[in-house]
Amino acid sequence: MRDVAIVSFAQLPSVKTIVAADEPELVQPVTSEAMKQIGLTQDDIGFTCSGSTDYLPGRPFSFVAAVDGLKAVPPIRESHVEMDGAFALFEAWVRLLHGDIDTALVFSFGKCSLGPVPAVLNLQNDPYYVQPLGLDAISAAALQAQAMIDASMASERDFAEIAARNRRNAIDNPNAHIKGDFSIDAMLDEPYLSSPIRKSFCSPLSDSAAAIVLAAGDAARKLVKRPAWIRGIDHRTEPHALGQRDLTTSPSAKLAAEKAGVGKGKVDIAELHAPFAHQEIILRQAMGLDDDVKVNPSGGALAANSLMTAGLIRFGEAANRILSGDADRAVAHTTSGACLQQNLVAVLEGE
Amino acid sequence: MSEILSAPYVLEYTYTRSTGPVVGRFLESLRYEVLEGVKTVDGRVLCPPLEYDEDGEPTTGEFVQLRPSGIVKSWSWVEEPRKGHPFDRPFAWALIQIEGTDNAMVHVVDAEKAERMRTGMRVRLRWADKKNGSIRDIECFEPIEPFLPGPVHLEYEVNPGEHYSAYLRGLEQGKLIGGRDPESGKVYVPPRAADPVTGNPTSEYVEVTDAGVLTTFTIIRIPFEGQKLKPPYCFGAIVLDGADMPIYHLISGVPHDEIRMGMRVKAVWKPKDQWETSLENILYFEPTGEPDAEFDSYKEHL
Repeated sequence: MRDVAIVSFAQLPSVKTIVAADEPELVQPVTSEAMKQIGLTQDDIGFTCSGSTDYLPGRPFSFVAAVDGLKAVPPIRESHVEMDGAFALFEAWVRLLHGDIDTALVFSFGKCSLGPVPAVLNLQNDPYYVQPLGLDAISAAALQAQAMIDASMASERDFAEIAARNRRNAIDNPNAHIKGDFSIDAMLDEPYLSSPIRKSFCSPLSDSAAAIVLAAGDAARKLVKRPAWIRGIDHRTEPHALGQRDLTTSPSAKLAAEKAGVGKGKVDIAELHAPFAHQEIILRQAMGLDDDVKVNPSGGALAANSLMTAGLIRFGEAANRILSGDADRAVAHTTSGACLQQNLVAVLEGE
Repeated sequence: MSEILSAPYVLEYTYTRSTGPVVGRFLESLRYEVLEGVKTVDGRVLCPPLEYDEDGEPTTGEFVQLRPSGIVKSWSWVEEPRKGHPFDRPFAWALIQIEGTDNAMVHVVDAEKAERMRTGMRVRLRWADKKNGSIRDIECFEPIEPFLPGPVHLEYEVNPGEHYSAYLRGLEQGKLIGGRDPESGKVYVPPRAADPVTGNPTSEYVEVTDAGVLTTFTIIRIPFEGQKLKPPYCFGAIVLDGADMPIYHLISGVPHDEIRMGMRVKAVWKPKDQWETSLENILYFEPTGEPDAEFDSYKEHL
């Protein structure tokens, strides 16, 4: 199989509202920056793939409009997934395995500030049995958190400690949305949104965009001194209906981690996409990450959560630590769907 | 840069959805207040019914009628309902395993307060008044209380008997009355129908003092039904001077870690105008400050 690596990464700082940016205006700065870092232009890119959802801007075919942020003359090879940009990266990785091209540009954008995100997320539920009830993402996650408490897997204090640690990690991250030293006791005094979930156990809703360039084999080695090689990558999905799953475990994350080879060596850092604090516990257990692994040095989704972009940012943050030489082996993870329904896991290594 | 324009915008899709033979039958049955599940090839029952089970096997199309009740597998209380929620008063989201099925249904429980919710509780289905063939024909579930009310109310006229009456009359006057059996010479407070050693009535009444020795005690730290005091508090056995049997009362006026066996204590009485025929005329016993009694002097009362 061809070796494929992440060779550059760019993101816009995650903030509550980016006022002055439509889709092309979000896409242009990050894609051009990611290519500029390694001296490429769109003409050097073999395949371009994006991840986003039209429901965030409420504008059908906004992903088509986003192409206006790229140089698409002469015409480019382009594709899109209605998912987080990390899943677009997975498609681009598969495309590079064909062997006929050496580079791919991946990007995603998410503006949570434009529309009714809780109502939008209810649209990912079953349209016959769940959507008519109005189950929002926080309440679905709360059913999972309560099941963990009932199973004596964790306490609310554990959830608060995870939220505090992520936001403390984010202090050094100029792109994070919520960061600082937060009091665990103050978090535990917050009212419940949907018990046992309080506001601080949830990720914020952010606006952002991100881009990554992938390159294969010697092309990657020519572009950067230390490419972040994708040694394994796998995507697994569980049943859609919450009532068909054991919400306290993640068999999909476990299997994806096994297939990606997470356990084949020591993991220095892991960037886990856990939009709710309790989900970090499930993911760590499923992926077999022990206490030595530094989880979310960037602050994770609890510090910045632009929907459709937070997952690609996990890949970029993990790759940056390989590219810089700070880590030798990193895990990048992205989730999608209610209560960790889908999980994508990759192992990144330096040479 | 010029000023950024902004305007409200509504996105609607007026789609209709076809339901098919499995989902459609289930939803149609709800109109008639019939709750059904579908059987899988391996004999399980799914409600809500699915066309395929999680192994990808088509379900059989064989429907079974179910009792409209179930067990809560997980839940989340929403004290302040948000936009789009099915209730505008506090309610719970829940995963509910319908009786006789092998999966769980996402729905809501109308339980009034979070304290009524717990995993494993039983709930019954409440039908909506108006039905339209949707999952909301089930208005919600509601708790099934596993208790039948069984109140008992019987009215009596009680009297405490001769000896206890003498004791209580004494208390009304601020006196502690004991009873003595002339044969054994032992004094019991309160007086008893029989000396437990000789079997004779304690026929002589004697007044004992309201001070004595604390022989043993306990600190109560747990709350219980009907408790009058807020824990922690101390309850002790006191052998009054001149008595041969302890009475039991509260020990106060002293830090709990200084209370000890053998400590000399005396009664603290309520104001005289509040006295009744009750031991509650004594508020509690407190240390006198005298030297402790020797263990040998009270060990026979332990």
